[in-house]
Amino acid sequence: MIEVRALRKKLGEQEILRGVDFGVAKGETLVIIGRSGAGKSVLLKHLVGLMQPDSGEIYIEGENIIGLNERKLAAIRRKVGILFQGGALFDSMTVEENIAFPLREAGQRDAAVIREEVAEMLEVIELEGQQQKMPVNLSGGMKKRVGLARAIIRRPSCVLYDEPTAGLDPVVSDSINQLIRRLQERYHVTSIVVTHDMKSAFHIADHIAYLHEGSIYFYGTAEELQRSSDPLLQDFLLGRSEGLP
Amino acid sequence: MTRLFTAVGAPVVALFTYLGELVVLAGETFASIAMQKIRWRLFLNQVVEIGLKSQLVVVITGGFTGAVFAAQTFFQFNKLGMGSAVGAVVSVSLFRELGPVLTALMVTGRVGAAMSAEIGTMKVTEQIDALRALAVHPVDYLVVPRTLAMMVSMPLLVAECIGVGIAAGYFVAITLLDVSGTYYVANMVRWTLMRDIVMAMSKAYIFALLIVFISCHKGLTTREGAVGVGRSTTEAVVNGSLAVLIVNFFLTMTLNIIFPAGYQ
Repeated sequence: MIEVRALRKKLGEQEILRGVDFGVAKGETLVIIGRSGAGKSVLLKHLVGLMQPDSGEIYIEGENIIGLNERKLAAIRRKVGILFQGGALFDSMTVEENIAFPLREAGQRDAAVIREEVAEMLEVIELEGQQQKMPVNLSGGMKKRVGLARAIIRRPSCVLYDEPTAGLDPVVSDSINQLIRRLQERYHVTSIVVTHDMKSAFHIADHIAYLHEGSIYFYGTAEELQRSSDPLLQDFLLGRSEGLP
Repeated sequence: MTRLFTAVGAPVVALFTYLGELVVLAGETFASIAMQKIRWRLFLNQVVEIGLKSQLVVVITGGFTGAVFAAQTFFQFNKLGMGSAVGAVVSVSLFRELGPVLTALMVTGRVGAAMSAEIGTMKVTEQIDALRALAVHPVDYLVVPRTLAMMVSMPLLVAECIGVGIAAGYFVAITLLDVSGTYYVANMVRWTLMRDIVMAMSKAYIFALLIVFISCHKGLTTREGAVGVGRSTTEAVVNGSLAVLIVNFFLTMTLNIIFPAGYQ
Protein backbone atom coordinates (compact mmCIF):
# COMPACT_ATOMS: atom_id res chain seq x y z
CA MET A 1 0.00 0.00 0.00
CA ILE A 2 2.75 2.47 1.02
CA GLU A 3 6.42 2.07 0.26
CA VAL A 4 9.17 4.51 1.13
CA ARG A 5 12.63 4.15 -0.42
CA ALA A 6 15.83 5.98 0.50
CA LEU A 7 14.04 9.15 1.55
CA ARG A 8 16.36 12.05 2.32
CA LYS A 9 15.51 15.57 3.44
CA LYS A 10 17.59 18.52 4.60
CA LEU A 11 16.05 21.54 6.32
CA GLY A 12 18.60 24.32 6.24
CA GLU A 13 21.90 22.79 7.29
CA GLN A 14 20.28 19.98 9.26
CA GLU A 15 19.78 16.60 7.59
CA ILE A 16 16.44 15.45 9.01
CA LEU A 17 15.94 12.25 6.99
CA ARG A 18 19.03 10.29 5.93
CA GLY A 19 17.68 7.47 3.82
CA VAL A 20 14.42 6.19 5.30
CA ASP A 21 13.10 2.86 3.99
CA PHE A 22 9.94 1.03 5.06
CA GLY A 23 6.73 -0.43 3.72
CA VAL A 24 3.20 -0.78 5.04
CA ALA A 25 0.87 -3.50 3.79
CA LYS A 26 -2.83 -2.90 3.11
CA GLY A 27 -4.86 -2.85 6.34
CA GLU A 28 -1.74 -2.83 8.51
CA THR A 29 -0.95 -0.33 11.28
CA LEU A 30 2.63 0.89 11.48
CA VAL A 31 3.63 3.01 14.45
CA ILE A 32 6.67 5.21 13.97
CA ILE A 33 8.32 6.11 17.25
CA GLY A 34 11.35 8.20 18.01
CA ARG A 35 12.58 11.02 20.18
CA SER A 36 11.30 14.57 19.76
CA GLY A 37 12.96 16.19 16.76
CA ALA A 38 13.79 12.85 15.15
CA GLY A 39 11.89 13.82 11.99
CA LYS A 40 8.70 11.80 12.52
CA SER A 41 6.29 14.58 11.57
CA VAL A 42 8.50 15.60 8.62
CA LEU A 43 8.38 12.00 7.41
CA LEU A 44 4.59 11.91 7.75
CA LYS A 45 4.17 15.14 5.78
CA HIS A 46 6.21 13.62 2.94
CA LEU A 47 3.77 10.71 2.72
CA VAL A 48 0.93 12.99 1.69
CA GLY A 49 3.03 15.31 -0.47
CA LEU A 50 2.95 18.27 1.94
CA MET A 51 6.75 18.27 1.80
CA GLN A 52 9.00 17.22 -1.07
CA PRO A 53 12.17 15.22 -0.30
CA ASP A 54 15.64 16.00 -1.63
CA SER A 55 15.79 12.43 -2.95
CA GLY A 56 14.05 9.08 -2.58
CA GLU A 57 10.73 7.59 -3.61
CA ILE A 58 7.30 7.21 -2.04
CA TYR A 59 4.78 4.83 -3.58
CA ILE A 60 1.10 5.06 -2.62
CA GLU A 61 -0.83 2.12 -4.08
CA GLY A 62 1.98 1.65 -6.60
CA GLU A 63 2.19 5.29 -7.76
CA ASN A 64 5.32 7.31 -7.07
CA ILE A 65 4.16 10.66 -5.67
CA ILE A 66 7.55 12.39 -5.75
CA GLY A 67 7.66 15.30 -8.17
CA LEU A 68 3.88 15.45 -8.67
CA ASN A 69 2.47 18.97 -8.59
CA GLU A 70 -0.37 20.05 -6.27
CA ARG A 71 -3.07 19.32 -8.85
CA LYS A 72 -1.80 15.78 -9.55
CA LEU A 73 -1.30 15.11 -5.84
CA ALA A 74 -5.00 15.81 -5.24
CA ALA A 75 -5.92 12.39 -6.62
CA ILE A 76 -3.46 10.69 -4.23
CA ARG A 77 -4.62 12.80 -1.28
CA ARG A 78 -8.19 11.59 -1.73
CA LYS A 79 -6.89 8.12 -0.83
CA VAL A 80 -4.97 9.30 2.23
CA GLY A 81 -6.45 11.07 5.27
CA ILE A 82 -4.23 12.81 7.80
CA LEU A 83 -4.85 13.80 11.41
CA PHE A 84 -2.67 16.78 12.28
CA GLN A 85 -1.07 17.15 15.70
CA GLY A 86 -3.33 20.06 16.74
CA GLY A 87 -6.32 18.89 14.69
CA ALA A 88 -5.86 21.79 12.19
CA LEU A 89 -9.60 22.47 12.21
CA PHE A 90 -10.81 25.42 10.15
CA ASP A 91 -11.48 27.92 12.91
CA SER A 92 -14.09 29.87 10.95
CA MET A 93 -16.30 26.78 10.63
CA THR A 94 -18.44 24.80 13.09
CA VAL A 95 -17.72 21.17 13.92
CA GLU A 96 -20.37 20.12 11.41
CA GLU A 97 -18.92 22.32 8.64
CA ASN A 98 -15.42 21.04 9.34
CA ILE A 99 -16.47 17.41 9.11
CA ALA A 100 -18.66 18.05 6.05
CA PHE A 101 -15.91 20.03 4.28
CA PRO A 102 -14.45 17.11 2.25
CA LEU A 103 -17.96 16.05 1.16
CA ARG A 104 -18.90 19.56 0.02
CA GLU A 105 -15.57 19.90 -1.80
CA ALA A 106 -16.27 16.58 -3.53
CA GLY A 107 -19.46 18.11 -4.90
CA GLN A 108 -22.03 16.71 -2.46
CA ARG A 109 -24.88 19.25 -2.32
CA ASP A 110 -27.66 17.17 -0.70
CA ALA A 111 -28.01 18.64 2.81
CA ALA A 112 -29.75 15.51 4.12
CA VAL A 113 -26.92 13.23 2.94
CA ILE A 114 -24.31 15.55 4.44
CA ARG A 115 -26.19 15.72 7.76
CA GLU A 116 -26.48 11.93 7.86
CA GLU A 117 -22.79 11.36 7.09
CA VAL A 118 -21.70 13.94 9.67
CA ALA A 119 -23.98 12.37 12.28
CA GLU A 120 -22.44 8.95 11.56
CA MET A 121 -18.94 10.36 11.96
CA LEU A 122 -19.88 12.09 15.20
CA GLU A 123 -21.18 8.76 16.47
CA VAL A 124 -17.89 7.06 15.51
CA ILE A 125 -15.86 9.70 17.36
CA GLU A 126 -18.37 9.79 20.23
CA LEU A 127 -19.16 13.50 19.94
CA GLU A 128 -22.87 13.32 19.17
CA GLY A 129 -24.73 16.61 19.44
CA GLN A 130 -21.63 18.82 19.12
CA GLN A 131 -22.35 19.85 15.51
CA GLN A 132 -22.75 23.57 16.14
CA LYS A 133 -19.71 24.11 18.38
CA MET A 134 -16.83 26.22 17.09
CA PRO A 135 -13.29 24.77 17.29
CA VAL A 136 -12.28 27.43 19.82
CA ASN A 137 -14.79 25.92 22.25
CA LEU A 138 -13.42 22.35 21.96
CA SER A 139 -10.84 20.68 24.20
CA GLY A 140 -7.60 19.32 22.72
CA GLY A 141 -8.97 15.77 22.60
CA MET A 142 -12.22 16.88 20.98
CA LYS A 143 -10.32 18.82 18.32
CA LYS A 144 -8.31 15.70 17.46
CA ARG A 145 -11.48 13.62 17.23
CA VAL A 146 -13.15 16.14 14.93
CA GLY A 147 -9.95 16.34 12.85
CA LEU A 148 -10.03 12.56 12.58
CA ALA A 149 -13.70 12.56 11.54
CA ARG A 150 -12.87 15.10 8.82
CA ALA A 151 -9.95 12.96 7.66
CA ILE A 152 -11.98 9.76 7.32
CA ILE A 153 -15.40 10.96 6.16
CA ARG A 154 -14.56 10.17 2.53
CA ARG A 155 -13.34 6.71 3.55
CA PRO A 156 -9.67 6.98 2.56
CA SER A 157 -7.81 3.71 2.23
CA CYS A 158 -5.00 5.03 4.44
CA VAL A 159 -4.97 7.31 7.50
CA LEU A 160 -1.89 9.07 8.86
CA TYR A 161 -1.88 10.19 12.50
CA ASP A 162 0.56 12.83 13.73
CA GLU A 163 0.97 12.47 17.51
CA PRO A 164 -2.70 11.58 18.11
CA THR A 165 -2.32 11.44 21.91
CA ALA A 166 0.23 14.23 22.48
CA GLY A 167 -0.82 16.68 25.18
CA LEU A 168 -3.84 14.65 26.26
CA ASP A 169 -4.53 13.16 29.69
CA PRO A 170 -4.25 9.34 30.02
CA VAL A 171 -8.00 8.78 29.88
CA VAL A 172 -8.52 10.86 26.74
CA SER A 173 -5.36 9.28 25.23
CA ASP A 174 -6.85 5.84 25.82
CA SER A 175 -10.12 6.89 24.19
CA ILE A 176 -8.19 8.09 21.12
CA ASN A 177 -6.31 4.76 20.99
CA GLN A 178 -9.63 2.90 21.20
CA LEU A 179 -10.95 5.10 18.42
CA ILE A 180 -7.99 4.33 16.15
CA ARG A 181 -8.49 0.60 16.81
CA ARG A 182 -12.21 0.89 16.13
CA LEU A 183 -11.53 2.62 12.80
CA GLN A 184 -9.14 -0.14 11.81
CA GLU A 185 -11.76 -2.77 12.57
CA ARG A 186 -14.69 -0.88 11.07
CA TYR A 187 -13.15 0.52 7.88
CA HIS A 188 -10.02 -1.71 7.48
CA VAL A 189 -7.84 1.31 6.79
CA THR A 190 -4.07 1.20 6.50
CA SER A 191 -2.66 3.37 9.27
CA ILE A 192 0.64 5.06 10.00
CA VAL A 193 0.83 6.57 13.46
CA VAL A 194 3.64 8.85 14.53
CA THR A 195 3.97 9.02 18.30
CA HIS A 196 6.33 8.87 21.26
CA ASP A 197 3.58 7.52 23.49
CA MET A 198 4.66 3.89 24.01
CA LYS A 199 1.39 2.84 25.63
CA SER A 200 -0.41 4.05 22.53
CA ALA A 201 2.14 2.31 20.27
CA PHE A 202 1.74 -1.07 21.97
CA HIS A 203 -2.04 -0.71 21.92
CA ILE A 204 -2.51 -0.08 18.21
CA ALA A 205 0.60 -1.30 16.32
CA ASP A 206 0.97 -4.27 14.02
CA HIS A 207 4.56 -3.16 13.45
CA ILE A 208 6.72 -0.53 15.10
CA ALA A 209 9.55 1.42 13.45
CA TYR A 210 12.03 3.39 15.55
CA LEU A 211 13.31 6.49 13.75
CA HIS A 212 16.75 7.50 14.96
CA GLU A 213 19.13 10.06 13.46
CA GLY A 214 17.17 10.23 10.24
CA SER A 215 16.80 6.54 9.44
CA ILE A 216 14.85 3.48 10.62
CA TYR A 217 16.93 2.00 13.44
CA PHE A 218 14.48 -0.77 14.35
CA TYR A 219 11.53 -2.38 12.57
CA GLY A 220 9.50 -5.18 14.08
CA THR A 221 6.49 -6.15 16.14
CA ALA A 222 5.70 -4.77 19.59
CA GLU A 223 6.87 -8.06 21.15
CA GLU A 224 10.18 -7.95 19.27
CA LEU A 225 10.72 -4.37 20.44
CA GLN A 226 10.00 -5.28 24.05
CA ARG A 227 12.34 -8.29 23.88
CA SER A 228 15.16 -6.27 22.31
CA SER A 229 18.24 -5.80 24.48
CA ASP A 230 19.50 -2.88 22.37
CA PRO A 231 20.42 -0.16 24.90
CA LEU A 232 19.13 2.66 22.68
CA LEU A 233 15.70 1.01 22.40
CA GLN A 234 15.63 0.11 26.06
CA ASP A 235 16.46 3.68 27.06
CA PHE A 236 13.60 4.93 24.90
CA LEU A 237 11.13 2.32 26.18
CA LEU A 238 12.00 2.93 29.80
CA GLY A 239 12.35 6.70 29.39
CA ARG A 240 15.98 6.70 30.62
CA SER A 241 18.07 9.79 29.89
CA GLU A 242 21.46 8.49 31.16
CA GLY A 243 24.15 8.72 28.54
CA LEU A 244 22.33 11.28 26.46
CA PRO A 245 24.38 14.22 25.19
CA MET B 1 34.89 43.47 -3.21
CA THR B 2 33.03 40.16 -2.93
CA ARG B 3 31.43 41.43 0.28
CA LEU B 4 30.29 44.58 -1.47
CA PHE B 5 28.70 42.59 -4.30
CA THR B 6 27.01 40.31 -1.76
CA ALA B 7 25.74 43.27 0.27
CA VAL B 8 24.32 44.98 -2.81
CA GLY B 9 23.33 41.84 -4.68
CA ALA B 10 21.44 39.99 -1.94
CA PRO B 11 18.60 42.53 -1.59
CA VAL B 12 18.33 42.80 -5.39
CA VAL B 13 18.07 39.01 -5.70
CA ALA B 14 15.53 38.97 -2.84
CA LEU B 15 13.47 41.69 -4.58
CA PHE B 16 13.41 39.84 -7.90
CA THR B 17 12.62 36.55 -6.14
CA TYR B 18 9.71 38.26 -4.37
CA LEU B 19 8.43 39.80 -7.62
CA GLY B 20 8.77 36.42 -9.32
CA GLU B 21 6.73 34.75 -6.58
CA LEU B 22 4.01 37.39 -6.99
CA VAL B 23 3.92 36.77 -10.74
CA VAL B 24 3.68 33.00 -10.18
CA LEU B 25 0.84 33.50 -7.69
CA ALA B 26 -0.96 35.77 -10.18
CA GLY B 27 -0.46 33.17 -12.94
CA GLU B 28 -1.78 30.35 -10.74
CA THR B 29 -4.78 32.48 -9.77
CA PHE B 30 -5.77 33.35 -13.34
CA ALA B 31 -5.22 29.73 -14.41
CA SER B 32 -7.45 28.62 -11.55
CA ILE B 33 -10.15 31.16 -12.48
CA ALA B 34 -10.07 29.85 -16.06
CA MET B 35 -9.89 26.12 -15.36
CA GLN B 36 -11.13 25.27 -11.86
CA LYS B 37 -14.52 25.55 -10.21
CA ILE B 38 -15.22 28.92 -8.60
CA ARG B 39 -16.60 28.92 -5.06
CA TRP B 40 -19.32 31.55 -5.44
CA ARG B 41 -20.35 31.45 -1.77
CA LEU B 42 -16.80 32.33 -0.68
CA PHE B 43 -16.72 35.01 -3.37
CA LEU B 44 -19.92 36.61 -1.99
CA ASN B 45 -18.53 36.44 1.57
CA GLN B 46 -15.45 38.29 0.36
CA VAL B 47 -17.55 40.91 -1.48
CA VAL B 48 -19.23 41.59 1.86
CA GLU B 49 -15.87 41.72 3.69
CA ILE B 50 -14.10 43.85 1.08
CA GLY B 51 -16.88 45.91 -0.46
CA LEU B 52 -19.65 46.30 2.07
CA LYS B 53 -17.52 46.61 5.19
CA SER B 54 -15.23 49.21 3.58
CA GLN B 55 -18.10 51.66 3.04
CA LEU B 56 -17.51 53.85 6.06
CA VAL B 57 -13.78 54.23 5.59
CA VAL B 58 -14.13 54.98 1.87
CA VAL B 59 -16.97 57.48 2.37
CA ILE B 60 -15.05 59.36 5.08
CA THR B 61 -11.83 59.34 3.03
CA GLY B 62 -13.55 60.53 -0.16
CA GLY B 63 -15.71 63.07 1.62
CA PHE B 64 -13.03 64.84 3.61
CA THR B 65 -10.50 64.68 0.77
CA GLY B 66 -12.99 66.28 -1.62
CA ALA B 67 -13.92 68.89 0.98
CA VAL B 68 -10.38 69.94 1.86
CA PHE B 69 -9.24 69.79 -1.75
CA ALA B 70 -12.10 72.07 -2.82
CA ALA B 71 -11.24 74.52 -0.05
CA GLN B 72 -7.49 74.60 -0.84
CA THR B 73 -8.11 74.93 -4.58
CA PHE B 74 -10.55 77.76 -3.94
CA PHE B 75 -8.08 79.62 -1.68
CA GLN B 76 -5.47 79.59 -4.48
CA PHE B 77 -7.73 79.99 -7.54
CA ASN B 78 -9.87 82.72 -6.04
CA LYS B 79 -6.84 85.05 -5.99
CA LEU B 80 -6.82 84.72 -9.78
CA GLY B 81 -10.59 85.13 -10.05
CA MET B 82 -11.02 81.46 -10.98
CA GLY B 83 -13.05 80.31 -7.98
CA SER B 84 -15.67 78.68 -10.19
CA ALA B 85 -13.00 76.34 -11.65
CA VAL B 86 -12.84 74.51 -8.32
CA GLY B 87 -15.45 71.95 -9.44
CA ALA B 88 -13.45 70.93 -12.49
CA VAL B 89 -10.15 70.66 -10.59
CA VAL B 90 -11.68 68.63 -7.76
CA SER B 91 -13.50 66.31 -10.14
CA VAL B 92 -10.61 65.64 -12.54
CA SER B 93 -8.13 65.20 -9.67
CA LEU B 94 -10.41 62.78 -7.88
CA PHE B 95 -10.98 60.73 -11.03
CA ARG B 96 -7.39 60.64 -12.24
CA GLU B 97 -5.44 60.41 -8.97
CA LEU B 98 -6.98 60.94 -5.57
CA GLY B 99 -9.97 58.62 -5.81
CA PRO B 100 -8.15 55.48 -6.97
CA VAL B 101 -5.00 56.05 -4.87
CA LEU B 102 -6.69 56.98 -1.59
CA THR B 103 -9.24 54.16 -1.93
CA ALA B 104 -6.41 51.71 -2.66
CA LEU B 105 -4.43 52.89 0.37
CA MET B 106 -7.45 52.59 2.66
CA VAL B 107 -8.34 49.15 1.25
CA THR B 108 -4.73 48.03 1.69
CA GLY B 109 -4.87 49.02 5.35
CA ARG B 110 -8.26 47.52 6.06
CA VAL B 111 -8.63 44.57 3.69
CA GLY B 112 -5.01 43.73 2.81
CA ALA B 113 -4.08 43.49 6.48
CA ALA B 114 -7.10 41.27 7.20
CA MET B 115 -6.32 38.97 4.25
CA SER B 116 -2.71 38.57 5.24
CA ALA B 117 -3.52 38.00 8.92
CA GLU B 118 -6.28 35.46 8.20
CA ILE B 119 -4.31 33.43 5.66
CA GLY B 120 -1.14 33.74 7.75
CA THR B 121 -2.92 32.39 10.83
CA MET B 122 -4.25 29.51 8.74
CA LYS B 123 -0.69 28.83 7.58
CA VAL B 124 0.91 28.70 11.04
CA THR B 125 -1.93 26.60 12.51
CA GLU B 126 -1.59 23.99 9.72
CA GLN B 127 -5.02 24.85 8.28
CA ILE B 128 -3.45 25.45 4.86
CA ASP B 129 -1.73 22.05 5.11
CA ALA B 130 -5.13 20.60 6.07
CA LEU B 131 -6.67 22.16 2.94
CA ARG B 132 -3.92 20.67 0.78
CA ALA B 133 -4.22 17.29 2.50
CA LEU B 134 -7.96 17.36 1.74
CA ALA B 135 -7.07 17.78 -1.96
CA VAL B 136 -8.09 21.45 -2.05
CA HIS B 137 -5.63 23.85 -3.66
CA PRO B 138 -5.10 26.91 -1.40
CA VAL B 139 -5.09 29.21 -4.45
CA ASP B 140 -8.52 27.89 -5.54
CA TYR B 141 -10.00 28.18 -2.07
CA LEU B 142 -8.36 31.29 -0.64
CA VAL B 143 -6.89 33.47 -3.38
CA VAL B 144 -9.41 33.14 -6.22
CA PRO B 145 -12.52 34.26 -4.24
CA ARG B 146 -10.57 37.21 -2.82
CA THR B 147 -9.22 38.20 -6.24
CA LEU B 148 -12.66 38.12 -7.87
CA ALA B 149 -14.22 39.98 -4.95
CA MET B 150 -11.51 42.66 -5.14
CA MET B 151 -12.04 43.03 -8.88
CA VAL B 152 -15.76 43.58 -8.32
CA SER B 153 -15.47 45.73 -5.19
CA MET B 154 -12.55 48.04 -5.97
CA PRO B 155 -14.07 49.85 -8.99
CA LEU B 156 -17.27 50.37 -7.01
CA LEU B 157 -15.37 51.65 -3.97
CA VAL B 158 -13.31 53.99 -6.15
CA ALA B 159 -16.46 55.27 -7.84
CA GLU B 160 -18.06 55.79 -4.44
CA CYS B 161 -15.00 57.62 -3.10
CA ILE B 162 -14.97 59.94 -6.13
CA GLY B 163 -18.72 60.55 -5.98
CA VAL B 164 -18.68 61.40 -2.27
CA GLY B 165 -15.56 63.55 -2.78
CA ILE B 166 -17.23 65.57 -5.54
CA ALA B 167 -20.39 65.97 -3.45
CA ALA B 168 -18.40 67.11 -0.41
CA GLY B 169 -16.35 69.51 -2.56
CA TYR B 170 -19.57 70.92 -4.00
CA PHE B 171 -21.04 71.35 -0.51
CA VAL B 172 -17.95 73.17 0.81
CA ALA B 173 -17.57 75.37 -2.27
CA ILE B 174 -21.23 76.36 -2.46
CA THR B 175 -22.21 76.69 1.18
CA LEU B 176 -18.98 77.80 2.86
CA LEU B 177 -17.02 79.54 0.11
CA ASP B 178 -19.83 81.20 -1.86
CA VAL B 179 -18.90 79.73 -5.23
CA SER B 180 -21.68 79.83 -7.81
CA GLY B 181 -23.28 76.38 -7.99
CA THR B 182 -24.16 76.76 -11.66
CA TYR B 183 -20.61 77.61 -12.72
CA TYR B 184 -19.19 74.95 -10.39
CA VAL B 185 -21.27 72.20 -12.03
CA ALA B 186 -20.92 73.58 -15.55
CA ASN B 187 -17.11 73.66 -15.33
CA MET B 188 -16.99 70.26 -13.70
CA VAL B 189 -19.14 68.66 -16.41
CA ARG B 190 -17.23 70.44 -19.16
CA TRP B 191 -13.76 69.38 -18.01
CA THR B 192 -14.47 65.90 -16.69
CA LEU B 193 -14.23 63.54 -19.65
CA MET B 194 -14.97 59.87 -20.26
CA ARG B 195 -11.22 59.23 -20.45
CA ASP B 196 -10.90 60.41 -16.81
CA ILE B 197 -13.47 57.82 -15.77
CA VAL B 198 -11.67 55.12 -17.80
CA MET B 199 -8.39 56.08 -16.13
CA ALA B 200 -9.97 55.82 -12.66
CA MET B 201 -11.42 52.39 -13.39
CA SER B 202 -8.17 51.13 -14.98
CA LYS B 203 -6.27 52.12 -11.86
CA ALA B 204 -8.93 50.57 -9.64
CA TYR B 205 -8.52 47.17 -11.34
CA ILE B 206 -4.73 47.27 -11.28
CA PHE B 207 -4.60 48.36 -7.61
CA ALA B 208 -7.12 45.64 -6.73
CA LEU B 209 -4.82 42.99 -8.21
CA LEU B 210 -1.72 44.48 -6.57
CA ILE B 211 -3.33 44.52 -3.12
CA VAL B 212 -4.82 41.03 -3.31
CA PHE B 213 -1.66 39.32 -4.60
CA ILE B 214 0.68 41.11 -2.18
CA SER B 215 -1.60 40.37 0.80
CA CYS B 216 -2.35 36.75 -0.11
CA HIS B 217 1.32 36.06 -0.89
CA LYS B 218 2.35 37.43 2.51
CA GLY B 219 -0.27 35.26 4.18
CA LEU B 220 0.70 32.10 2.30
CA THR B 221 4.40 32.56 3.09
CA THR B 222 3.93 33.29 6.81
CA ARG B 223 6.27 31.46 9.18
CA GLU B 224 7.13 31.38 12.86
CA GLY B 225 3.80 31.55 14.67
CA ALA B 226 2.13 34.66 16.05
CA VAL B 227 5.24 36.82 15.50
CA GLY B 228 5.27 35.74 11.87
CA VAL B 229 1.59 36.62 11.42
CA GLY B 230 2.24 40.09 12.83
CA ARG B 231 5.24 40.55 10.55
CA SER B 232 3.33 39.36 7.47
CA THR B 233 0.43 41.68 8.21
CA THR B 234 2.71 44.70 8.61
CA GLU B 235 4.65 43.82 5.47
CA ALA B 236 1.44 43.31 3.49
CA VAL B 237 0.26 46.83 4.39
CA VAL B 238 3.66 48.46 3.85
CA ASN B 239 4.42 46.65 0.59
CA GLY B 240 0.87 47.12 -0.66
CA SER B 241 0.88 50.86 0.07
CA LEU B 242 4.31 51.36 -1.49
CA ALA B 243 3.34 49.31 -4.53
CA VAL B 244 0.19 51.40 -5.02
CA LEU B 245 2.14 54.66 -4.84
CA ILE B 246 5.00 53.51 -7.09
CA VAL B 247 2.80 51.79 -9.67
CA ASN B 248 0.48 54.81 -9.66
CA PHE B 249 3.25 57.05 -10.97
CA PHE B 250 4.06 54.74 -13.88
CA LEU B 251 0.36 54.17 -14.56
CA THR B 252 -0.27 57.91 -14.63
CA MET B 253 2.54 58.47 -17.10
CA THR B 254 1.47 55.56 -19.31
CA LEU B 255 -2.27 56.14 -19.15
CA ASN B 256 -1.80 59.83 -19.83
CA ILE B 257 -0.39 58.89 -23.22
CA ILE B 258 -3.45 56.74 -23.96
CA PHE B 259 -6.00 58.98 -22.22
CA PRO B 260 -4.50 62.51 -22.14
CA ALA B 261 -5.97 64.97 -19.65
CA GLY B 262 -8.28 67.73 -20.89
CA TYR B 263 -9.27 68.64 -24.45
CA GLN B 264 -6.62 68.16 -27.12
